[in-house]
Formats: sequence, structure tokens, C-alpha cells
Amino acid sequence: MAWTEKILRVNLSDKTCKEEPLNKEWAQQYLGQRGLATKYLVEEVDPKADPLGPDNKLIFATGPMTGTMASTGGRYSVITKSPLTHCVACSNSGGFIGQELKNAGWDMVIVEGEADSPLYLYIENERAELLPADEIWGTSVWHTDEWLHKRHQDPLLRIAAVGRSAEQGCLYSAVINDLHRAAGRSGVGTVMASKNLKAMAVRGTQGVGNIKDPKRFMQAVNTAKKVLADNAVTGQGLPTYGTQVLMNVINEIGALPTRNAREVQFEGANEISGEAMHEPRPSDGKPNLVTNAGCFACTIACGRISTVDKGHFSVKNKPEYWGASGGLEYEAAWALGTDTGVDDLDALTYANFICNEDGFDPISFGATVAAAMELYGRGVLTTEQTGTPFDFGSAEALVKAAEWVATGEGFGKELGLGSKRLCEKYGHPELSMTVKGQEFPAYDPRGIQGMGLTYATSNRGACHLRSYTVASEVLGIPEKTDPLTAEGKPALVKAFQDATAAVDSSGLCVFTTFAWTLEDIAPQIDAACEGEWTAARLLEMGERVWNLERRFNLAAGVSGKEDTLPKRLLDEPAATGPAKGLVSKLDEMLPEYYQLRGWSSDGEPTPETLQRLGL
Amino acid sequence: MQRALSIDPGKCTGCLQCELACSFEHTGLFNPSRSVIRVFTFHEEGRFVPYTCTQCAEAWCLQACPVDAIAINAATGAKEINEATCVGCKVCTIACPFGTVNYSQATGKVVKCDLCGGDPQCAEACPTQAITFVDADQTGLERMRHWAVKTDAAAHA
Ligand code: SF4
Ligand code: SF4
Repeated sequence: MAWTEKILRVNLSDKTCKEEPLNKEWAQQYLGQRGLATKYLVEEVDPKADPLGPDNKLIFATGPMTGTMASTGGRYSVITKSPLTHCVACSNSGGFIGQELKNAGWDMVIVEGEADSPLYLYIENERAELLPADEIWGTSVWHTDEWLHKRHQDPLLRIAAVGRSAEQGCLYSAVINDLHRAAGRSGVGTVMASKNLKAMAVRGTQGVGNIKDPKRFMQAVNTAKKVLADNAVTGQGLPTYGTQVLMNVINEIGALPTRNAREVQFEGANEISGEAMHEPRPSDGKPNLVTNAGCFACTIACGRISTVDKGHFSVKNKPEYWGASGGLEYEAAWALGTDTGVDDLDALTYANFICNEDGFDPISFGATVAAAMELYGRGVLTTEQTGTPFDFGSAEALVKAAEWVATGEGFGKELGLGSKRLCEKYGHPELSMTVKGQEFPAYDPRGIQGMGLTYATSNRGACHLRSYTVASEVLGIPEKTDPLTAEGKPALVKAFQDATAAVDSSGLCVFTTFAWTLEDIAPQIDAACEGEWTAARLLEMGERVWNLERRFNLAAGVSGKEDTLPKRLLDEPAATGPAKGLVSKLDEMLPEYYQLRGWSSDGEPTPETLQRLGL
Repeated sequence: MQRALSIDPGKCTGCLQCELACSFEHTGLFNPSRSVIRVFTFHEEGRFVPYTCTQCAEAWCLQACPVDAIAINAATGAKEINEATCVGCKVCTIACPFGTVNYSQATGKVVKCDLCGGDPQCAEACPTQAITFVDADQTGLERMRHWAVKTDAAAHA
């Protein structure tokens, strides 16, 4: 069990909140969170629906491990059709609101329709109501958070909200929860704002139980916790440096996309690395990093809590930014820094604060700024259009761009469209570092070949979190493969994709998989959930989820033709580092990948594959 | 030897494993809102501070209780609530200067830390040793060690 077996269905058009039972048959096939919510989406939303229209739905989904003591068991996902990619969007977040929803007695909230004026959803255990949000519409996530806590006089309320960027139509806006945790990618926040839903505030005090075998569950949980503690990455690297442990590593292997992926190594990498975040700064002798922080139930605690130097130009005379808040993760530091050529740690930290304060994805934002900087450098964009000199390396431009996207002012409106639409508009689609309209993150496929296939085939557009082959190709987890060859990568990518889809459906954090395999995860799920859950069954379930997502995308009109990469990665060889002279070998990998998946040469699942997976 | 909870907020990451363990031990559910150890987040300072009953030697709660429902466990030193006797009058929640005795709507009684009968689950669950269960006379030992090394100037000379 471990599911609450209850779904909350919220119709914004009729202003109703209704309870319904969870489809337990589906739960056996799709477990929870990513898988199960995608099943609901596929059944209920026309793949051709306008992502920003009333026919799209927005699902907040927990997994069976969410709210339990399993390490990292606090995750939830936001599932919808993406306005950025037109694919299925599934953005995963930690923090505390996922478990609060579960504690309030809900596995999932399905939001449908569209409100005619701004509303927020207030959930207190079984009670759920839609309340007016006019007073907070047009304000930031941080302001909304403060307002709701005051309004309900409840310091323990957990809040997820969208910021001004989403209201202004930025296509990569996030849902931010607990001030600085994000369901970050693919514009799930944009969908929420398009429905006139400003926030979800939750208080749950019912307790999470319904555990099949509590004693066995606690044994499995404790064994697995120990595996995390004893592992060098989850026990030491991540708590000490966060994901930022990677900045120098990836730079050294020549796979750090720099200045809109023109280069693969960044001379300023060390200045913005996890190590640099520990260095005392000259002005006040304090380091950027204040502490690490855990999401709910997480015994890894990779989170960064940081401050910006009070004297830095970005926060001068702005005391509201002098306190500590969510600091740089690797992907954010890469996008805001490496990809734009900015090596100013304070500017990056400030820009990251703004991404959280007004709810937008730092990866897509940074990569779009990088594309704009390249257009500017080529004279395609002028200072008149950008509003400020927009050269690579300009911290001022980065900071202004963040503030503009936050509020939708000036050039911020165009930056909010994302790099694909921006580059197309200005006649240079080849300068957009995107797949299916979504910006790719901090690993260059020329230096880590598996990531090329990962980006090209990801069901939500370019993304590292769908099959993090970096683990194998760079870190040697579970075993070391050569990052420079294509050989064996199709099988590796498929295996990672399926396993990750399973983890994303459970309520656990994918970062556990630096130490855990499905063999560590299955006993925890099996002890908690009805049915027999083995590693093999989880893997098969992951494959089912993958194909389900794929079918939605195909039906939405996103065909196998879009399983490709920006020309730059396919044609322009890396100029320096270990990958010097290499381009992505995607064409060597893709046909084999299709074959392994049981898909046709056009990338469509064959009838036999669908039947095998019960689809 | 009696042991006591020793809390070092500097090590805490705010993960709430302690709250989960506490609620599970006492209610059978994972329910942070029913935990008697609570972790407070001071976001702007980047601090997480766990807080619970320190088991005062001359406990205000115990002295205030009109029906003698609070007793000292001789083995652990914990001040324990006898649920059968407690009438839920909440006088002890007023008497306790620290706010660590609380009323529970779910049971109609008060709840406080009872050191889990001598095997506190919060300390067991904490991944960072922010909560440890140590010799009651020596709760400062770890912190003394930390500072001691800094005074040993000769070693660094
Ligand atoms: S590993 Fe990091 S992201 Fe994952 S649950 Fe723990 S703190 Fe959160
Ligand atoms: S378990 Fe330890 S680290 Fe986690 S919140 Fe409690 S005291 Fe802090």
C-alpha cells in the first residue's frame, strides 16, 4: 500500500474540489508520481491540446515513498503538456510540500479547466478550497509565500507557487515550492499561471502509513540509508560540494559547453565551482556557502544555502537579498555562468535567487541568454534591442536579463520565449542549443557521447535527468565506460532511462542512484506497497512509462525526426581537451537505440513492443 | 550512567528524519506534526535547529500536574506522561518554560519526549550526528574537543 488511495480533482472553471479514489490497477502498473500521473494525463488530455488552454491539465503527484522515512522520500512531480516542447512535461522537486500533500491524505492533485480570476488552492487535510488570489497576482513567489503564511496564520503551511515570469508568459517558468525548490523544467509553472492558479498551500497532519510490513520496511530503509552514508558521492561529495562538485571535473574532461557551446572548456570554471563556494571572500571573510541542506527525509543533503556579498553590484542597497537562500546547483552555475561566459560567483548566485523568487528555470534561462549573447556578438541583435550591451562574459547583462525575465519587462519578454523561438525569430535557428525546444544542460555530447543520445531521445526535450550516463562515463557508476566512444551507449542510455523512470515514479530522489541500484530500492518499495516489487518489475515498469510518454509525444506531433541535436554538436568538433576533434556520434547510436527499444526505424514503438509492455 | 540528548544545530541539515522517527515510534505513522522533537528553519540565516525536552531535573511540568500524571523514569531520567492518568488539562504546557510539552488533539492527552524508554529514535535516525545520546554529565564533550584542538597552538607552531 503506502498510497493514500485518494486523488483530489480541482476544476478551476467550475471552482470545485472533489475527492475520488485512486485507480489501484494503474498504481500496480505505474507505481506513482511520474508514471502514474503520466497515465492519468494520457487518458485525460488530448495530445494535440493547447498547452496553455483550458483543455490541458496540471497534475501534482507524489509517489508511494513520499512522506515515509525512506531516505529522500519527499519528492513530488508536476506533470502536464509542456508549452515549451509540446511534449509531456514532468518536473520533479524535493523540499517539503510533496510529503505535506501526502500527510494531508492525497496521492495526487489533478487541476483542470481555467479560472476567470486568480485563485489559490488551500488544502488542510481532507478540506480543499479555492480562494481568491487577486492580492498576490502580480507578485513574486517569495512575496506569495509570506502573504499566505500570514493570511492563514500558519507557520507550518507548505507552499508551491508561480512567480511573475509565469504570469508574463515566460515559456520556461517553474513551480517553486518551499522558497527555493523547483519543479523547474519545461514550463510547468507557465501552465499553472495560464490557468490563473497562483499557488497551492498545504497543511497535512494525518500521518503517512498504510505500510504493508512496517517492520520490514524500517529494516530496508535503514540498510539503504547506510549504503548512502558509506558511498563517496552520496556520503561525502554531494553534502560537501553539492552537485557543484562537478564543475571542475567536467571542465577537465573537456565536456563543459561554454559560451553557447562554442567551446567545451571554460577558463573561469574554478571561480564558480563548488570549491569556490567554500572560499572566504575578501570583503567579509565569509564564504558564499552558508550550509548544506536536505530535502524532506534526505540523508544526503546536497542542497546549497548561500549568500551574495553585500557589496556586490547586484545587491548593493537591496538588503532584501542579503540573507541566505537557495544557492547554486551545478546545472544553474553552468547555465548562468559557463554558458554565458560569466565567472562572477556573486552575480550567478544573485541571478539564481531571482530565478527562485520569480519562478523560472535557470538552465533554459541561462542558455537563452547565451544564445542571445551569440546573436549580439554577430551583430544580429543590437544594444537597442537588448537594452544593454550583451557580450559574453558580462555579469551586468546576466543580472539585468534575470530581472527582466522575472517581470517580463523589455528584452525579458523575448528571452522568456526560450532559445529556440528567439533564434528562429532572428533568423539563426542553428544557434539554439535545444532539442525539441528545450535547452540542453551542462554536459557537452562531444566529450560525453552518451549524453548526446540522452538529449536527443529525452521525452521532455533535452535533459540530463532522463538518463544520467555521466555517472558511468565520468564517475564510473555502476561501471566505467569511455566517454569518447559511442560503443555500448545505446544500451546504457536505455537502461538508465528505464531505471530513472522507475525512481521518478517512487517518491525517491534520483541522486540516490549514485549509490543505490534498483536492488537497494526494490526492498523498500516491496515492504511498503501492495504487490510484489522486485528490481526487475521496477525496470519493466520504467520501460512502460518511457513508452507511454513516447506515445503521447508522437500523438502530439513530435516525431522521431526530432530525436536529433543542434548542428553545432554534430558538425563543429571540440577544439580543446580530451574530446578535441570529436563531434557527437549520434547517428552511430540512434538506430541501435531504436532497435533496443523495440521501435521502428522512424522511432515508433512497434505493436509487439506495446503489447509486451501491456500498452 | 544516565544519558541525555545532545543537540548540535551546526550539523543539522533540516531533513526531518528525526521528526519522522519520533512520530513513527510514538504513533506508528510518519507524521512530523506529531513529533515531539521539532526542527526549526531560520531561512535567512541558513540555520536548522532541532529542539525538544531537555528532561529538567526539577521539572516544572511534573510539579504542575494536578493529577500526578508525570513521573520520572528511574532508569532513563525521562519525565514520562502516564496517559491513563493524564486528564488533558494542559497545565503542564503552561508550566513548561520551553514549550516542549504539548497537547494532542488526536489523543486528548499531552505528549512530550520520553527518550523512547532509553533508545531515542531521533538520535538513531539522524544522519549527521546533530542529535546524539550521550553521558548526561558530558553533553559538552564533543564541542570541547572541537575547540580544544584550536587551543593546542603548539601543534600548529
Ligand atoms: S539528494 Fe539533494 S535533491 Fe535529492 S532529496 Fe537529497 S537534498 Fe534533495
Ligand atoms: S535528523 Fe538530524 S540532520 Fe535531520 S533534521 Fe533531525 S537533527 Fe537535523
